[in-house]
This record gives sequence, structure tokens and C-alpha cells, in this order.
Amino acid sequence: MEKVKKIQSGDVRTASRLIRNLEDGSSEARATMKHIFPLTGHSHVIGLTGSPGAGKSTLVDGLVESFRKKGKTVGVLAVDPTSPFTGGAILGDRIRMQRHAEDPGVFVRSLATRGALGGLSKAVGDAIHVMDVMGKDIVLVETVGTGQQEVDIMNHSHTVVVVLIPGMGDEIQAIKAGILEIADIFIINKAEREGSSKLRREIMAMLDMAPESAFQAGWRPPILKSENAFEPVSFSKSLDELSDTIDEHYKHLVKNGLLGSWAHRKTSMELNEAIRCSVLDPVLNSLVANGELDVMIEKLMKKETDPYTLAEDIAGRFLKTC
Amino acid sequence: MSSNQIRVMVAKPGLDGHDRGARVLARCFRDAGFEVIYTGCHQTPEQIAAAAIQEDVDVVGLSCLSGAHRYLFPAVVEQLRERGGDDITVVGGGIIPDQDFQLLYDAGLKAVFVPGATLDGIVDWFKANVKPRE
Repeated sequence: MEKVKKIQSGDVRTASRLIRNLEDGSSEARATMKHIFPLTGHSHVIGLTGSPGAGKSTLVDGLVESFRKKGKTVGVLAVDPTSPFTGGAILGDRIRMQRHAEDPGVFVRSLATRGALGGLSKAVGDAIHVMDVMGKDIVLVETVGTGQQEVDIMNHSHTVVVVLIPGMGDEIQAIKAGILEIADIFIINKAEREGSSKLRREIMAMLDMAPESAFQAGWRPPILKSENAFEPVSFSKSLDELSDTIDEHYKHLVKNGLLGSWAHRKTSMELNEAIRCSVLDPVLNSLVANGELDVMIEKLMKKETDPYTLAEDIAGRFLKTC
Repeated sequence: MSSNQIRVMVAKPGLDGHDRGARVLARCFRDAGFEVIYTGCHQTPEQIAAAAIQEDVDVVGLSCLSGAHRYLFPAVVEQLRERGGDDITVVGGGIIPDQDFQLLYDAGLKAVFVPGATLDGIVDWFKANVKPRE
């Protein structure tokens, strides 16, 4: 396929258009993905997540610089939230990364969540594949500013970096269960601020209490720090340290044969998603198109029926065997 | 479900840090249901064009209050053309004297908005003239 060849040669225009069509849910784009999928598997995918304002975009910008110094090509997928009311979005992560705009070894693409709840966008998995096939050595995925439970990023990335900052109230209490468990690497950003060593101690304590089985083949998430982004020399040194640690983590995955189980989890999730897309979406679309969905909602509001019965009826009509 | 979302880039070329207007517009486009990529201030025409291609936007809205629009706006159009992005609509706004309009239209801008333009008017123009690509 002409398009796939262009993407393999690194053509930004074609790749970016494909990502766009994937976001828009075009069936032609999905057909193209059938040719993209077999070619994937080159990139090291790195996820960055953390609360809004933690400094994710700034760290991504620094990581891009660091990986470029090592001669690696980099793709960035930066996700920002879509307004639930208007469907519009302001995608502002790029502001921090514009100095790389002209570097042909860097491709930055912003994505809006478009209603997805896990901190990413539905198209992000496919967009990673596209960047992978473009030949990017590194794909950095930046989630929306997250709270506690937006852990989808772990299904998409080999290495998850959780960005924390001091002074977020009762420190990490608030985010103890969900997002802290998925970190392969912690980084305390804005570490010049008060409370940084306390935060570090609390993460240490949390890790001390975790069972050994929580650490993949003995990988205990290191806790790094970065401070004062306006001091470029020292800041970029701490980003080099972060990128080295990320490289180490990938080596750890390779050495201990963990990439296989990772790929298994990712692939099963992709299949799940593809089935949902091929089975559920057409059903919903047809119910919306013929107005049936609205009728059902009316009935539900009057308590004339219940969602469970309706779902069973629909399954009976649309599914031949089940 | 498929939908064709309009993607807009709001960019400030050149040495001009006055971005209140650009930010208000970005917010206003968001409220109109567009996806808005904001690049921040002090961008070169090359940076803006490269970013517009990477983001696959339908339209680039340039804001310039410094008086350098005669050079910067056409330079963005030119850079887009060089990168194969000549189908991307370019519009501009800012402190732009009437006598410069023609020069900007000749350079390839599709619209110029100046003080007095209403937010609704700008959004309506976008809705009427910018179509998300197939």
C-alpha cells in the first residue's frame, strides 16, 4: 500500500492524516491499520502521567532533548481533555515542546480525549502504531492530568513514569491506590519546593510495604527528582538521568523476558477494543440512526422498563449466537 | 462513531508576547466545538508551519500585534506551501491597517480580522469557510 510505504519512510503528512482519520473513526483508516499492525514492534513506548500542572509536558520536552542527544528519533503523543459540553478542546501541551518543531527527528501530535475516561484517547493505541511504523525509536505518551484511577497508560507503554510534585495536600495519600501502583519510575518534579523530601520518604515507605511480587523481576521503581526548569543546565542533567533510567528499565524488561507478557496484555486489550468497535459501535449507530435509542431512554425515564431487559432484547436481535 | 472534527491552530509569529487575544480566541473556538492547538508566543513561520503539518490542522489562525504581519503572515503561507500544506487555510488578525489587507489576501490569507471583529463573527466565518477534510 502506497500510504503505508510513505509512513514507513517517515512522511509526517501522511502519518498525521492517518492519525486524524483514526480519531474520526473512519473505516478506511481502520483498513489501513490492517497493513500497519504487522509492521509494529520497533518502538520503546514510554508513558508519562501525573496530576494537572505536575510538569508532564516540560519533562516530555526535556526527554525529547535527552533522547535526541543519544541519536534516537522520537514521537510524542500528548493528550488533553475534551470538553464534555461542546466537544471542543484546547491542546496546549505543545507549547512546551515547540523548540523541537523543526527537528525532523521529532514528531509531536496532540490528541483530545473525545470522551475516553482512562486518561488517554481512544485513538492513542493506533497512533502509537503509526509512529512505531514511521520508525520512531522512542514514543512518548503524555496523559491528561490524572487523578487516581486513569491507569490505561500502563496498557500502552513499556515504561510508565509517574510525575509527582511536593505540596499536594496530604502528599500521596490521595493517590495511593491507583496511579502510584503503575509506576516503573517515579520522578518528583519541582523538587526545589518545600515538602519534596517528605514526599520522597512517603513513596519509599509505600514501596517498602509492597510485596516483592509487585516488583517485576525485582525492579523496584526508582525515585528521581528534577528541579527548577528555569536552570537549563542542571534541569537537563536531571532529564538525562531520567532517560538513562528509562533505558535501563527497558533493558531490564528485555533481559528478564518480560516483553512477552507485556505484549500479551497489550494485545488482548487491543483485541477487546477492536471487537467493541466492530460489534458494539454498529449496533449503537443503528439504534441512534432510527431513533430507537431515544425511545428507549424515554421509556426508561418513565420506568416502563429497565436497562437490563432492553440490553437483553437488543442482544437477542443483533447477536446470532451467544 | 465517526465524526469529522475541525482542528484549528492558533499561533503567534514573531516577537510579540501579547497573547490575550489569541487565548480568548482559542477558548472561544473550543466553546464552538473545535479542537484547538495553541503554540504559544514567539514562533518562527517555520515552527508554525511544521507544527501545523504535524497536527494536521484545517486552519491556522495567526495573531500579530507588532506590525510585522506584512512579513510574517505571508512567510507562514510560504512555509506551509513548501511542506505540502497548501490546502491548509490561513487567516490572520491583529492591529492591521486597511491598506495591508490586499497584500495579505494576495499572499494567500483567506480572511483578516481586526479590532471590532466579534467573537461570534469569527466563529461563524470559520464554520462557513473551514471544512474538516475527508
